[in-house]
Amino acid sequence: MRTPISFFLLLSGMLFTVGTVGVLIRKNALIIFMSIELQLNAVNLALVTFSRQNGNLTGQVLTFFSMVVAAAEVVVGLAIIVSLYRKRRSIDVDDARMLRW
Amino acid sequence: MADTVVFWIAAPISVASAIAVVLARRAVHAALFLIANLFTLAVLFLVLGSEFLFVVQIIVYAGAIMVLFLFVIMLLGVDQEVSLREQLQGQRLVAALLGLGLLAEVVVAVRLGVGLHRTPLPDFAAVNKGGNVQALAHVLFNQYFLPFEVTSVLLIVAAIGAMLHGRRRMDEEETIDREQAVL
Repeated sequence: MRTPISFFLLLSGMLFTVGTVGVLIRKNALIIFMSIELQLNAVNLALVTFSRQNGNLTGQVLTFFSMVVAAAEVVVGLAIIVSLYRKRRSIDVDDARMLRW
Repeated sequence: MADTVVFWIAAPISVASAIAVVLARRAVHAALFLIANLFTLAVLFLVLGSEFLFVVQIIVYAGAIMVLFLFVIMLLGVDQEVSLREQLQGQRLVAALLGLGLLAEVVVAVRLGVGLHRTPLPDFAAVNKGGNVQALAHVLFNQYFLPFEVTSVLLIVAAIGAMLHGRRRMDEEETIDREQAVL
């Protein structure tokens, strides 16, 4: 492989940054959730890159586990968004303030 | 050589689609851009020599998880427009600045940790001896067997949690009917 390994890490950092900014600036709960997926995927790319760099498979196993956790997280998170929508008729996160006061 | 070409094709697409996810006005468009992003990441996994994760990324992420996303988007109505007016003053500016800071931090960390020059990489063919799937299974079912079993508990808990949240209670149903009658 002739591509420098740092390019993959820089790409991963860029994707993570975009996901973070998405979480911070968006108000649609579904798009915030997709931005979290972006962050998770950026970290997965970094893990696979480290696995390639160190010449063992631990990073790939960790990526596999993180995919399982992401699947569980998506299932529960989307169920929460659906039940929030049922209560508030909106998926704007600014409307979800039942626990504030 | 081939991996450089593939990287320089996949990387710009993945960054562009990630930015499009964040800036998309409608949730459906964001989901479609996210699928593009997941596919390019799958290609990069292949470049990095992990065939198993390439397939899993497409089946689990682009397949199962994104179908779930699209299903919920359709369930809640595709026309759900969220007002773009921000409640907090200057929140977007601060978010953009924080993002830039995070990016600078990552670049510096990569520069110090790995360096931008070409480091000689270990031979991955020896690690993937007998195929990536076989080698990964060997590591997973010997060294990481207990965590693997624990993930099954996690998945069951997640399924039960989703059922509890998604269930419609009888009293809730009545209030919704009443709301609709008022409307």
